[in-house]
Amino acid sequence: MNTTAVLVFDILLVLSLLSLAVATLATRDAHRSVILFMAFGLVLALAWGRLMAPDVALAEAAIGAGLSGALLLAAVREQPRQTLTADTNAVHSGNDAGLKVILQSVATLLCVGLAATLSWALAHALQSAPSNALAQAVQENLATSGVSNPVTAVLLNFRAYDTLLELAVLLTAILGIFALGPARPGYRSAGPVFDSLAHWLVPVLILTAGYLLWVGAQAPGGAFQAGAILAAAGVVLQLSGQRTLGLPQERTLHIVIAAGVGMFLLVGLSLLFLGRPFLGYPPAWASALILLIETAAMLAIAATLALAFLGGRPQSPRLNATGEKPAALSTGTLRAAMHPVRSGTDADTNSGYRNSSNEQKQ
Amino acid sequence: MIDVISSLLIVSGLGFYLAGSVGLLRLPDLYSRLHALTKADNLGLGLLTAGLILQAQDLFIAIKLTLIWLAVLAASAASAHLIAQHARRRETRT
Repeated sequence: MNTTAVLVFDILLVLSLLSLAVATLATRDAHRSVILFMAFGLVLALAWGRLMAPDVALAEAAIGAGLSGALLLAAVREQPRQTLTADTNAVHSGNDAGLKVILQSVATLLCVGLAATLSWALAHALQSAPSNALAQAVQENLATSGVSNPVTAVLLNFRAYDTLLELAVLLTAILGIFALGPARPGYRSAGPVFDSLAHWLVPVLILTAGYLLWVGAQAPGGAFQAGAILAAAGVVLQLSGQRTLGLPQERTLHIVIAAGVGMFLLVGLSLLFLGRPFLGYPPAWASALILLIETAAMLAIAATLALAFLGGRPQSPRLNATGEKPAALSTGTLRAAMHPVRSGTDADTNSGYRNSSNEQKQ
Repeated sequence: MIDVISSLLIVSGLGFYLAGSVGLLRLPDLYSRLHALTKADNLGLGLLTAGLILQAQDLFIAIKLTLIWLAVLAASAASAHLIAQHARRRETRT
């Protein structure tokens, strides 16, 4: 390929990344800022692709742009627009303007310090001779790892310990989410068009997740990307009015959440018991063990990310089983009071086209 | 010969993207902006995909590209519909 053309493309990529970053931070409107952040994530994924890191590009597009964007949009939706400007005005008019100046200068100093450290590290990295000793070591031992994708080999075999701890971090995040209490009432269906999109999109997403999980052994993919795609299916389900996001009931859900760390520990401890090092797979079994751990990890990651979008402990299934869902009941009675004639059909079906409009702010 | 056809397809696809972006920035109201945007998504990406399929190494990649185009088609049609529906309801409410 023509090198100048590629260079021009790379420069354009970097420039658009920088300008998107500045625009994201400079925008006052939180909605607009989130949309810009998602665009930033997509361009960043493109940049990872250019750096020949398709695994990171996939993860950035799915988690960094897609799911984080959805999370941020859901968070912005919870608060009224223009809070940013209103807040700053309130602080300006108040007595603590002096405190604000002090805080701002401290933050500026910290940012300058961070930027200086990072620039020093970058300069250091640029000056030192490029070394691929690590990559070489991975390539040499790839045959014994059980997979042929070096990224998966590092994540699930050579540095499996790190991945185990990452999954433990996700598990801790779930505890934080559960501590927020019961989840807010979900979204109402946006109408038949979105419902039919969800109807075929969710199976396709599940299929894609399975494909990414399987292909991770020899090509870009793996548990994190597959889990993010699966969580996206949950988000689509919630947006179409499915309040459980396709997540299982309480007890099964707890098992699924703990599955990633649990399977890791089970495999590691069993190997220890058999006289091998912790997570030191026998080469003959490595492939199967990695697939086993990755499958469990994908389910746990998907459940974690979907629960993060739900923003709380899912409503108890027992309440659902005894009759109507608790929140649907309250909106149902509310609307029954407003539209006594139509209430009978509308209260229990969430797909009413005409009156599914502005209930989303509930 | 195939290179020429595929470049022609890609360049005309880019033309649709350019027109769609200009329309998104310049057209007066939300509905016409959506109209401009969906042209870029549907036809622009379609032409781009057709051009790339001609360059594809094997049938598998060609099928993947077609699937991507179809997925974007469905997603953009649905999201354009949702945005328009939301705007229409906001209009009728106020």
